[in-house]
Amino acid sequence: MDGLSPRPGEDARTLAAGPGRVVGRAVTRIEDLPLVRGEGLFAADVNFPRQLHMRVVRAEIAHGRIVSVDAEAARAMPGVVAVWTAADVADIPLIPFRATKVRGLEPYCQPVLARDRVRYVGEPVAVVLADDAYRAEDAAETVMVELEELPVVLDAAAPPGEFAPGHDTEPTVVRKEYGDIDAAFRSAHAVVELELSVGRHSGVPLETRGAIARYDAAHDVLELHGTAKKQHWNRDEIARLLGRPPQGVHLFEGHVGGGFGVRGELYPEDLLVCAAALRLRRPIKWIEDRREHLVATNHSRQQSHRIRAAVDAEGRLLGIDDVFFHDQGAYVRTHGARVADLAAGMLPGPYRLPAYRVAGHFRLTNKTPAATYRAPGRYETTFVRERLMDAIAARLEIDPVEIRRRNLVATAEMPHARPLDALGTDVVLDSGDYEGLLDKALARFGWDAMHKELAARRAAGECVGAGLAFFVEKSGLGPSDGVRVTVDATGAVEVVSGAASVGQGVETALAQICAEALGVDYSSIRVVRGRTDRIEFGNGAHASRVTVMSGSATWQASLAVREMALECAAQLLQLSPAELTISEGVVTRADGLAGPSLTLAEIARGRGPNSPAMRGQTPGLTAERWFWSDHMAYPYGVHLAQIRIDAGTGGVTVERYLVANDIGRAINPMLVEGQIVGGLAQGLGGALLEEFRYDPSGQPLSTTLADYLIPTIAEMPEVDVLIAEDAPSPLNPLGVKGAGEGGTNGAGACIASAVDDALRRPGAITSLPLLPAHLRALLVEAP
Amino acid sequence: MKAAPFAYHDPRSVEEALHLLATLENARLLAGGQSLMPMLNMRVAFPDHLIDLNRVEGLAGVTAEGGALRIGAMTRQRDIEESPLVRAHLPLMSEALTHVGHRQTRNRGTIGGSLCNLDPSAELVAVATALDAVLEVQGPSGARDLSIHELPLGFMTPSLAPEEMLTAIRIPLPPAGHGAAFEEFARRHGDYAITSAAAVLVLEGGRIARASLTLGGVGAGPLRLRSAEAALAGQAPSEALLREAAAACGSIDAMSDPQAPAWYRRRLAATLARRALTAAASRATTPARQGGLA
Amino acid sequence: MTEALDVTLTVNGERHAVRVEARRTLADALREDCGLTGTHLGCEHGVCGACTVLLDGEPVRACLLFAVQAQGRAIRTVEGLAEGGELSPLQRAFIENHALQCGYCTPGFLMLGTALLERDPTMSDEALVDALSSNICRCTGYANIAKAVRAAAAEMRERVPA
Repeated sequence: MDGLSPRPGEDARTLAAGPGRVVGRAVTRIEDLPLVRGEGLFAADVNFPRQLHMRVVRAEIAHGRIVSVDAEAARAMPGVVAVWTAADVADIPLIPFRATKVRGLEPYCQPVLARDRVRYVGEPVAVVLADDAYRAEDAAETVMVELEELPVVLDAAAPPGEFAPGHDTEPTVVRKEYGDIDAAFRSAHAVVELELSVGRHSGVPLETRGAIARYDAAHDVLELHGTAKKQHWNRDEIARLLGRPPQGVHLFEGHVGGGFGVRGELYPEDLLVCAAALRLRRPIKWIEDRREHLVATNHSRQQSHRIRAAVDAEGRLLGIDDVFFHDQGAYVRTHGARVADLAAGMLPGPYRLPAYRVAGHFRLTNKTPAATYRAPGRYETTFVRERLMDAIAARLEIDPVEIRRRNLVATAEMPHARPLDALGTDVVLDSGDYEGLLDKALARFGWDAMHKELAARRAAGECVGAGLAFFVEKSGLGPSDGVRVTVDATGAVEVVSGAASVGQGVETALAQICAEALGVDYSSIRVVRGRTDRIEFGNGAHASRVTVMSGSATWQASLAVREMALECAAQLLQLSPAELTISEGVVTRADGLAGPSLTLAEIARGRGPNSPAMRGQTPGLTAERWFWSDHMAYPYGVHLAQIRIDAGTGGVTVERYLVANDIGRAINPMLVEGQIVGGLAQGLGGALLEEFRYDPSGQPLSTTLADYLIPTIAEMPEVDVLIAEDAPSPLNPLGVKGAGEGGTNGAGACIASAVDDALRRPGAITSLPLLPAHLRALLVEAP
Repeated sequence: MKAAPFAYHDPRSVEEALHLLATLENARLLAGGQSLMPMLNMRVAFPDHLIDLNRVEGLAGVTAEGGALRIGAMTRQRDIEESPLVRAHLPLMSEALTHVGHRQTRNRGTIGGSLCNLDPSAELVAVATALDAVLEVQGPSGARDLSIHELPLGFMTPSLAPEEMLTAIRIPLPPAGHGAAFEEFARRHGDYAITSAAAVLVLEGGRIARASLTLGGVGAGPLRLRSAEAALAGQAPSEALLREAAAACGSIDAMSDPQAPAWYRRRLAATLARRALTAAASRATTPARQGGLA
Repeated sequence: MTEALDVTLTVNGERHAVRVEARRTLADALREDCGLTGTHLGCEHGVCGACTVLLDGEPVRACLLFAVQAQGRAIRTVEGLAEGGELSPLQRAFIENHALQCGYCTPGFLMLGTALLERDPTMSDEALVDALSSNICRCTGYANIAKAVRAAAAEMRERVPA
């Protein structure tokens, strides 16, 4: 028994249904104590002796040829150690993207410093390295960048322009198709066609990015601190791009002030601090400021769709044909064409769809590059698909709830395979009771009674309405994740995971799973994540994968340790393992009868490397397990909203909101609810407030938090959350599906539906975010 | 996002501050800092000298003087909001202050800073305009009074000479029993309004003896709607009358941006003016007020 | 003209003699010169409230004050909330009500909430929402933050009968 090799049948053990001792319970988080005491370690809190501060000089126009960069004055400023331009980092290749099926994107990747052209306002052109952050900024101000302006492309739906000689601004078109789409339209009772768009917005975490690199010459290791999300992939790429073996590069994750998809990707600044630390032999610290963040960190969401649906006389979908334009911004970043691909793969959502064709034009524009943001490709396509369902309902004069019922995939049809792929895996809806959840949600929200009340309020002159949106999420992206669980000689338990935390409660969730399996107190478990020096491989925290993948690996590794402990104890106590159990870290008789007991600490000591009993065996009370998955788990749910429009101002107040979300199994309902409500705040932001706007020359207009409007507590409605566990995932031993993105997914669609209802104008809302001036105009036109 | 270097000056008296202002090149006064500090941190303001007024004696406080309230330029917005004198005599200002940023920023922000920053949407500028405030200005050649109506020269440009500073504002007290209301619309709570409206109505014998109607956020400075005020004077405050007066906002010149085009600002102005007038009328109390407004 | 100034900051009752340029914000001085990194920077232009500290008992944004301006004033930061290792009622309520996720905005909200509760633990829900709207949280959707402040308020009301 060596803790490394699974035994036959080991992975078959699944978590029993219903709340366990710790799993399924709303326990408090193990992360919180340092965070409420001001003892966290966020990127800006990391400091090393002799560190230099890096300040980035950024492009001030949206598209231009670089004529010259004059850094002489900056180099002469007090405290300045170096100023680099593209020529100084010409040996660093373009920043790559993670493999997807889409090919041919390489020429469109971003250099760490602009080479001969700048392509968006905010693009790094030079860096200043100085002994103080204030002085670095003083010097950066004096770097003169001479540019010759080039024409800008700002509309992704306009004809493509030139990216570089020989390359236009459409690197690829994502196409997917199944069924006989032309026949579907030929035989249609009605064809409903819409033009819809979603605005450019993004994660905008409260902590800006930061990167602190240090070269430890004594050990010949390059360290990068302030990292998040994808440490192992980033380590491998940093090593490759800087010509080092991966073993000589380590990434460390401290506290992470929100990720939401944008943090933890490999950005130019990460490579610049690493290169500078290696060359200057001094620690290099870079902390992004907020204005930089709003032009430098990934944007997201901007798409416009021209969608057509063919339906029969009962409103059943026969086919959907969609053409969309994905505004990628100036460069292909680490996700490649993933968001466009996800949009294309996930658009059909919860509905039975016999034929489907989509063409996603992946277009570059002279704006900040874009990538994933919480529910990427789904927030957009749920808006598009649910607008379409509302339009079909209106056209055929069928109730919007009824039209959805008729099209929802039935429980008996699960698992439901679509001849489509998303994130490189085939789309197989693993489990679900869609209509059952819809019914529960409508009942909980008091849908029918509410409509009577709204009618009365309308009669009294108020402009009120309600709407809904159904969504399907995806989670648990594989292919693998490993976890090592170790009990040390004092009985302390450590879980080392290749996952990362972006502040969502990963440590608590993994600790609960470990505690449940092993029989220890969850609150004293140490969870290590986001560190390449503690585990060789990992796939990080994204795509709502951690609880599914790392959670399953934690479950299996913890069970293996449990088994190991029971077997050791059984020998010493002269009982069979089946007669023993573990509780609070002590092995006792399972039948509750009095008898000898052993602590996990005693067992761990007995398995020490110097214990005679361990000769010839791998020592330690420890096990490492890997969990593999070829398919994703698909959570689903419904958003319901009741809203009021102030007819005088066009302002929207969300009065009441319900998110019903089936996530298979809630490891910690309190954390799940937190994810959903927090995700909703972001979804509502994108529906009502948040937008990166540009002027006609490509100058960004949302460069402060006074212009990029994040919801405050005053904008948040009363939110009810219905967590359902009707459809555990058959794909993992815990039955879990991800809970991170459902709160965001349907918000734009739901608000649009409710606003249409309040306006009494089906189909009035065709774009997000909703501007009060636009609503006021619609009210003026109202009959 | 760190401020560029500047020399810091910390005068203790108005005289000292004025002397610094008159002798230093490219100097700026620092009041509560809630608008200037962001501009410094973002390096859109580059003063060589910063003259901090926070330790200058005698610039803060609210006092009743004759028929007016005198508010020192460095009085914190939060202190004005909580001042019993202001609550009793200038309910319009108390109400508007709850819309000025957030309680937290009002702990630092001052009335003088807000007036001199002259943001087109600033609530306090609109209120001072609605109440015909008089600004006490001191300069090298002594003190002068400046009507609030003469303060805006252009976009965020007050008509103060570079060596002058605002030391206090005086607001003549509207008669007891007047009705006042402030309305605004912002996309997010606590933000600068897209448009705002301030109304003051004085009733006598069931008729409007005096009306004041001011819009914020429609142009570089607040807009007093004198013709609407004249149309209200002498009339009984019926719903129709107030609606008609507010409708005058539909023909004003309003500034425009992609999120709030001029037509929208005009409609907003009309809506907010109607609401402010209606609320003001319902709050006005005179012995002659019979039945009032619904 | 960038000469350093000697400033004494009194933070959580402790005096810190620091030498800073006039342009150094209070937030940077607390973090970099006093080593109190619990005060976070979220925007440095006064919108997000992550850097909220108490100045003579009132919540203010530490990015909108220069360190030199805080000379002689009593400053309180998140590091001073727990007394002798015991969490304040509001800190405990944040944990018990899951009022934090990433924890970046938490120190600012804790200081804001502490000031509100010390001033008036009986404040209405409407007043509470109005006051809390000055700070941004990007993770929680705020519901649990409001819940935590209410829970701590209830505890404080019980402790000190009105």
